[in-house]
Amino acid sequence: MAHDRPGPLQGDSHLERSLRFAMPAAALVAALAAWEFLVWFNDVPHYLIPAPSRIATTLVTDFASLMRSLWFTVKLTLLSLGLAVIGGVALGMLFALSRTVEMSLFPFAVVLQVTPVIAIAPLILIYVSDTFHALLICAWIVAFFPILSNTAIGLRSADHNLHDLFTLYRATPWQRLRFLMIPSALPYFMAALKIAGGLALIGAVVAEFVAGTAGQNTGLASRILESSFRNEIPRMFAALLLVSLVGIVIFLMTTLLSRAVLGHWHESEVRRER
Amino acid sequence: MAGVGKVFANGITAVNDMSLSIREGEFVSFLGPSGCGKSTALKMIAGLLAQNSGTISVNGHSPGAGADATDVGFVFQDATLMPWGTVFDNVYLPLRLRGISRDGARDPVLEALVSVGLHGFDGAYPRELSGGMKMRVSIARSLVTRPKLLLMDEPFAALDEMTRFKLNNDVLNLWDQQKLTVIFVTHSVFESVYLSNRIVVMAARPGRVADDITLDEGYPRNDSYRNTPTYAENCRIVSKALQSTLNGDGHGA
Repeated sequence: MAHDRPGPLQGDSHLERSLRFAMPAAALVAALAAWEFLVWFNDVPHYLIPAPSRIATTLVTDFASLMRSLWFTVKLTLLSLGLAVIGGVALGMLFALSRTVEMSLFPFAVVLQVTPVIAIAPLILIYVSDTFHALLICAWIVAFFPILSNTAIGLRSADHNLHDLFTLYRATPWQRLRFLMIPSALPYFMAALKIAGGLALIGAVVAEFVAGTAGQNTGLASRILESSFRNEIPRMFAALLLVSLVGIVIFLMTTLLSRAVLGHWHESEVRRER
Repeated sequence: MAGVGKVFANGITAVNDMSLSIREGEFVSFLGPSGCGKSTALKMIAGLLAQNSGTISVNGHSPGAGADATDVGFVFQDATLMPWGTVFDNVYLPLRLRGISRDGARDPVLEALVSVGLHGFDGAYPRELSGGMKMRVSIARSLVTRPKLLLMDEPFAALDEMTRFKLNNDVLNLWDQQKLTVIFVTHSVFESVYLSNRIVVMAARPGRVADDITLDEGYPRNDSYRNTPTYAENCRIVSKALQSTLNGDGHGA
């Protein structure tokens, strides 16, 4: 490897940074190569375990249909995440402002959360005629709860002395919310967003599994299901790869957002000097 | 305070039948054991807690109801800064809550920072500052509205002695320069003797005024005051007063 040569001292941090990307990349390439080799060496049929090259070929040949499905899943996930943020933040604020509202409504939120979405999904699919809307509701249910509970806790987490200070200077309720409670809630909200991003994707995929391949315009989960019926294992792997790519991208986006919002002050994101 | 600030407060347990009047320009310490209600009394003066009986008046108004001129500043035991804001943002807060624009607040904020010796730190975040510097930011924030009355609730209890001595001198200077009236809650005999010209010794269970000692030593005071016989004698008097509240408490129990 090019980075193995001993470098001067000032190059160390640069070297370290390069290694942080180079080492996992090298490990990944090695694993793929081993996979390719073992499949070829043992002559494993592609309907059992396809070689990485075969999966790549499938990605290219089925590009159009896979991309349509990818876009469907991405749309479903992001839309449900967006609605979960709107609903969770709005209700979380209401919870933080009124204990009565919280006590009355929290049980509903808990019931929604603890009942597995896969068990509710068939019912929702019966009652909601439009499949996309039904799937959206399922994914939303899963992503909604962490946002709601973290927002409510975060808004309440503001320092009591700071609350006193706002009272002393006769802050309006709006000022208190804007300058004290919302900034205090941000770290909690960001943690919830990271979790909810992953959950929205899980919800979208699980709901689609329940819905089956009935719909015309369907997502990656339908591609996986359909491929499994037809024994098209390389296509299954290709769809699976795309699902996990969506998950990775969502994770990276929420992590970057969290760093951008909290990076300058919150302990969880501040880079400590060594 | 133009006339007389009067404190009559009867709390159920924390403070009982406390009567006190503080004149403009005084540097008063509330000294007492923990649980004697000195912080409670301070918060009632600030209007952060409501009294159950009696009346409190700050410059003719009930606490928290006065106009700008009777404004009070409050310094908590912890610096109580907003970690998400810069030093500037934190000191700007009281003005921001009054609807003053960022540009309009620039001069008073920077002036307040200079007055506590934090010139050039306006862009720093609280996590980058030491404990003493955070407390200075907190003091600057309390002074940015140009209050007449400054309430300090054991502000330096968590700091090391060197920093505390330095901040004691700074508070004395600010009190002198800005013609403040200060009520300073502390449990340190030495701190109260060093700073104040009047010490209200409080007893616990129920919280009440046990003694009201006026110190004649003039100002300015500096660190050499700590080595004078007067200082030692004052400490002895105040310690004795504090001791007797504890003994009285012991007999009562």
